[in-house]
Amino acid sequence: MSQPNRIFIKGNEAIARGALAAGAKCFFGYPITPQNDIPEFMSQAMFDAGGQFVQAESEVAAANMLLGAAACGIRSLTTSSSPGISLKQEAISYMAGCEVPGVIVNVSRGGPGLGDIGPSQADYFQAVKGGGHGDYKLLVLAPGTVQEAYDLTIKAFDLAFKYRNPVMLLADAIIGQMQEPVVPWTPENRDPHEGQDWGLVGAKNRAPRLIKSLFLDDGALAGQNQKLQAKYEAMKAEIDQELFLTEDAELIIVAFGSIGRIVKSTIRKLRSQGKKVGLVRPITLFPFPADVLLRLAKEGKRFLTIEHNMGQMVEDVRLSIRMVADSDFYAQLPGTLPTPDDFEQPILKALEG
Amino acid sequence: MTQEIRVTNYPQVLTDRPTHYCPGCHHGTAHRLVAEALTDLGLVDNTILVGSIGCSVFIYNYLSLDAIESPHGRAPAVATGIKRARPDKIVFTYQGDGDLASIGMAEIMHCANRGENVTTIFVNNTVYGMTGGQMAPTTLVGQKTTTCPGGRCKERAGMAIRMTEIIASLGGVAYAERVAVNNIKNIKKAQKAVRKAFDYQVQGLGFSFVEVLATCPTNWRMTPQAANTRIETEMIPYFPLGVYKDVKAQEDK
Amino acid sequence: MPSRVEFREDRCKGCLLCIEACPTGIIQQSNRFNQKGYKVVEITPEMMAECKGCAFCAMICPDYVINVFKTASEKGGAA
Repeated sequence: MSQPNRIFIKGNEAIARGALAAGAKCFFGYPITPQNDIPEFMSQAMFDAGGQFVQAESEVAAANMLLGAAACGIRSLTTSSSPGISLKQEAISYMAGCEVPGVIVNVSRGGPGLGDIGPSQADYFQAVKGGGHGDYKLLVLAPGTVQEAYDLTIKAFDLAFKYRNPVMLLADAIIGQMQEPVVPWTPENRDPHEGQDWGLVGAKNRAPRLIKSLFLDDGALAGQNQKLQAKYEAMKAEIDQELFLTEDAELIIVAFGSIGRIVKSTIRKLRSQGKKVGLVRPITLFPFPADVLLRLAKEGKRFLTIEHNMGQMVEDVRLSIRMVADSDFYAQLPGTLPTPDDFEQPILKALEG
Repeated sequence: MTQEIRVTNYPQVLTDRPTHYCPGCHHGTAHRLVAEALTDLGLVDNTILVGSIGCSVFIYNYLSLDAIESPHGRAPAVATGIKRARPDKIVFTYQGDGDLASIGMAEIMHCANRGENVTTIFVNNTVYGMTGGQMAPTTLVGQKTTTCPGGRCKERAGMAIRMTEIIASLGGVAYAERVAVNNIKNIKKAQKAVRKAFDYQVQGLGFSFVEVLATCPTNWRMTPQAANTRIETEMIPYFPLGVYKDVKAQEDK
Repeated sequence: MPSRVEFREDRCKGCLLCIEACPTGIIQQSNRFNQKGYKVVEITPEMMAECKGCAFCAMICPDYVINVFKTASEKGGAA
């Protein structure tokens, strides 16, 4: 089927175009590989869209600029890669504490430290468990294709404003650097008054608005934490995952993002050989699709979690199914480029197990 | 027939709430200068306040403005984000010396250098007040603090940073002045400086910066009067008052 | 031209900066403590007659304690 408006772009550009389609008006960034295509694209595109682009003096400053812009109720984002995301954690914690809807994109690379500039999923913990200080959660979305990078970037803004919470798009160097066809689209019927009932605009004919995360009065911080936890609980309505051939599967592979997509190829091959393997690919990493995994576990299925790290999401998989089952784990080492063949033997071994 | 006229006129934007500041602390005076400037220029309902970390973290309790708290030192970055998102608003940061000249040095330098059209009120009392009087980047050599109990040692800790001079050297800066509020003459000059800084923002001339030399009697272990005297005898000689940059004055020349 | 100074005693922190700022030297520390435990300042009724209404005391006060009033004849008005 020919789609006339289909374009062939890198994941990084898809993220940039998705943000523009979502109506982002401010971009703040700092150069770091492998996401440089995003600020390079945005340096012109944001102004063309009537918005603003700032190449900040640091990752720290870029994230704090995002805090300021998003606190005005304006759709804004910052993008970076792993070491840069570490530096942004301060502002991310403040955004969570202040309930400011910033969008943060992590086109992650290998670590720890400088690591490498290749793909890795080793920032899973940092993304879903907090990363900065305090009890908070980000909504975390993990695209598995370039089209999904575009779509989920738009969704990231919608969810950020729906919950007044920072949202992270967790991609990796594979998604960011890979070129694929994308059908761009622009969301319709956006609320023209979005953010106007709480954003900073100047206290004209009303009481001043205060955006803060400091609660010193007796019981005030406890109340704020309860409020935040209730919000994180409500976010469960957004849980999303891809299920692939799970119905009759004996073994469920759990993998997210680029690895989820590569494993899918392995599963197709093994299916042609009669092996009953299926895939659960979490799209929301927080909130995590625990109920889906538990249902499959109760059906008697076995589990193998595959990640491009030394074992992070597998902990959430095990927590989800802990009452009835366990999950094996296969680590695709950071610093290597995975192919579908890499996962054949680990899957066959788990099937035998 | 006689008529009684009130000479003092506190701006409405200054909330009727007792401050948490120690006796003699100059924060209250600096807050009032900001309130007067915003009121005189008719900016109150169009202004966004960017607070910082330190004793003045609660400034939003005393100025009735839309406001946000920023992480330590990051107020100029937060202000940049706000001004870019809402260019038609008046945006200012209010920061102390630990916040601005130490942990936030990168943010203030680049905000100024980009010429962000925002205003920074920089209150320099040569000490970390809220945390209990530790050495600040602006602590004078020889000055005793809780982390340099023998006095700041030049060889180990360097010398006090003169921020207004540094800021004035940056391209995007429209206005940079250092003032004090330790006596009536200086307060009157400070009033004009703060007003001018906001006026330059209204005119879209670029970054404006006012450093206010201030006392911290509690952490200086001095009476408020002795602290005011110290401004004159120790601080002003090292941090000279005056206008260090004024793009309009340069144009006139 | 007679003037009058009002101190919001509950707000006074006893820093005494107004005493130094007053060019006529009429402000003094009283023997009264306010609720916060600060010894507040005062101008005695006799000294009040000396007040010029310059409001320097209010200008130096960091706590917005002081209000100054001038009584003017309708003709002259206050400067």
